[in-house]
Amino acid sequence: MKRVLTPEMMESMRSEIYDTLTDTTTTHEQKVTYLARKAENFLTVLDEPEGLDELMRCDIDTRCICNLFEGDAPYRPRYICIDFPKFLREGSAFLQLGPARDFSEALTNLMIMFHNIPSITNYPVFIGDLDVLLDPYIQDLSDDEVKKALRLWMTTIDRTILDSFCHANIGPKATRLGYLLLEVEGELENAVPNLTMRVAKDTPDEFVLAGIKCALRSAKPSFANDEMFRGELGDDYCIASCYNGLYEGGGSYTLSRLILSNIAKRAKNIEDFEKNVLPWVMDVMARYMDERIRFLVEESGWFTSSFLAKEGFVRRDKFSAMFGLVGLAECVNTLLEKEGCHERFGHSEKANRLGVEIMDIIEEFNNNHYNPYCEATGNHFLLHAQVGIDSDHDCSPGTRIPIGEEPDELVDHLKVINLFHKYFPSGTGDIFPVDLTVHQNPQYVLDIIRGSLGMDIRYLSFYSSDSDVIRVTGYLVKRSEMEKLDAGQNVLQNTTGLGLGAAKNCKILDRRVR
Amino acid sequence: MAAATVNKIIPFSCVDGPGNRTAIFLQGCNFDCKYCHNPETIASCIHCGACVPYCKLQALRMENGRVQYDMEKCVLCDECFHHCPHGSSPRTRELTAQQVMDQVRKNMPFIRGITVSGGECTLWRDFLLELLTLARAEGLTTLLDSNGSFDFSADPELMAVTDGVMLDIKAWSKEDHLAVTGRDNALVLKNLRWLAENGKLTEVRTVIVPGLYDCEQTVENVSRLLAETHSAATRSKIIRFRPMGVREAYKSLTAPTGEQLSRLRDIAESYGLTDVVTV
Repeated sequence: MKRVLTPEMMESMRSEIYDTLTDTTTTHEQKVTYLARKAENFLTVLDEPEGLDELMRCDIDTRCICNLFEGDAPYRPRYICIDFPKFLREGSAFLQLGPARDFSEALTNLMIMFHNIPSITNYPVFIGDLDVLLDPYIQDLSDDEVKKALRLWMTTIDRTILDSFCHANIGPKATRLGYLLLEVEGELENAVPNLTMRVAKDTPDEFVLAGIKCALRSAKPSFANDEMFRGELGDDYCIASCYNGLYEGGGSYTLSRLILSNIAKRAKNIEDFEKNVLPWVMDVMARYMDERIRFLVEESGWFTSSFLAKEGFVRRDKFSAMFGLVGLAECVNTLLEKEGCHERFGHSEKANRLGVEIMDIIEEFNNNHYNPYCEATGNHFLLHAQVGIDSDHDCSPGTRIPIGEEPDELVDHLKVINLFHKYFPSGTGDIFPVDLTVHQNPQYVLDIIRGSLGMDIRYLSFYSSDSDVIRVTGYLVKRSEMEKLDAGQNVLQNTTGLGLGAAKNCKILDRRVR
Repeated sequence: MAAATVNKIIPFSCVDGPGNRTAIFLQGCNFDCKYCHNPETIASCIHCGACVPYCKLQALRMENGRVQYDMEKCVLCDECFHHCPHGSSPRTRELTAQQVMDQVRKNMPFIRGITVSGGECTLWRDFLLELLTLARAEGLTTLLDSNGSFDFSADPELMAVTDGVMLDIKAWSKEDHLAVTGRDNALVLKNLRWLAENGKLTEVRTVIVPGLYDCEQTVENVSRLLAETHSAATRSKIIRFRPMGVREAYKSLTAPTGEQLSRLRDIAESYGLTDVVTV
């Protein structure tokens, strides 16, 4: 069923466009992005499943499905993770670049490539395993030479890739480039790029500690359970955008999310939720995603015209799609209240068990849903614990325990996390502000990371409770930039606006300090 | 099986030795430091019941002549020990080493070890021996946080299951030590040397209270001893006095200025110490 735009809707969209281009708190680049999105929404090309309007295009307090601003005519994949080793090795005919022969050429070629990778945000969400890519080029250079070049290059990334969904990876092997990059990132305290260190059993403690020291200054890297991702996705996985496990040389077509907190409100009781309401909403969302992928692959022409696909930097059959969800905690609490029980998610075994039961239902649904274009992942989508958006309220990211309700003891918090991370190969994560600076004991964080690797914990982030760069939900912002924006000034990065909204609506500045 | 009076167990601690450790605080101390920031751990509860009426949540009650404490009801308001006429706390439990170890196991695999603190943990020597042996069997490292009043060199059995001691040096001269703690320090200083020479000294800590004792002399002599015993890489913590938790009579002791702390750090580093931390 194709969507119908009424004259009233058209008029309201025109007025939104006017408001967007006359807004004095956004930069030119931000306006262009928002205007393109609004233009896309004038099209009605998707054959949408019945029920979508009721579940998605409705008031925020009742919305059960959210397409995360993807627009109504997908013309590029949401997340693109290109094969950077191939690019450095071979160059690109379209970009008129040959193979990179030294460190300067590698840095320049990469920067050129970054500016030619689209995504939902128009900026690249994955910029490579920087240590693996660049370490071979620094053999003849001194530490100081490499650090000077990296400082300029990383600063250029921060000031030209204007949102912090841009993500770089390092590890699990320690390299000289990896150490130098961490040193430079610790000094720069930039919000972009986001950074993940993949940690395996044989990653040296010293390298993880260098990562922790960097994180206590600049809120990155985060730490990914390499063995867990590798076991699910194989050796060519990468971490993109917030914390999304995807294929290098592929990516994700699309991401929609179930707003579990609101879905629970529609159910009479737990049984009604599990048997009727949730399966119905999941079915509508899955068919909606199928249709988005169909249009993108079969009609948009991206996979046949983009140089990234034509030159083999991405392959269509290495793409999958992300079946997201938010608000499990509030969903569980609402359902228990409907049954007259006041136990809370994260604090009672009964509530946590209901959370697991719901996740099992969602996982089973996904395992039984077939999509012809997700061959890379067994023709199923990948589950994703979405980190939330700034307009969410009373709805925690993914399966997180609500801010303000964290268990008193971190160990109890970790045990809850341990129940839920395993469901999400395309990403989940938990965030802990820590107060460690004065005690000079980064090994404290190391022990928690090492302990997690042996369990079902996938992805952890730490930041110092007093640093300027902080992790909002999955991305980074500077407190100082949020203050400027709050005072009505323009700021460079799109994500600062999202961070400010999250600070006001989602209490991200009130997380329990560990 | 040996038991001890346990004041508190902190599942994850980042301040009781290297890495993440479960810290176990035992009740009772044989020193009476004026600046003690948890004086309720010094004396043992005599079950007089004076605290019971002050508990607003009925977490305390008298039963068969003993004060019973209900952890579940307690909100840690501290009213009980603020009203204790004996400088103790009713908020303690008698636990065997095995029972403590059961608590510790819940924190694995996120911890690298345990630290037993106090009070003065060595007052519970037999309990320590059992607990540390159990912890070692789980692959955990074992640290003691001690005031140095126990002769470590005379107890090879305990030392065999102890990875290290974090030693408080309250003051260097005997007179100063008496003034701060009410006790002589000959054994403390003997321990400092013995632990350093035997690779069992994990950390040395000194709380800085200008005017109470000669802080510079203390830091200087400790640093010299660490350098002489090839222990310059041992963590040396120089801790600012804070009135938090301190008894009324001593709350007015002076906290050092930032410059005084830097000066002490400079002294320690002038002896080649490489891991000086001021907090």
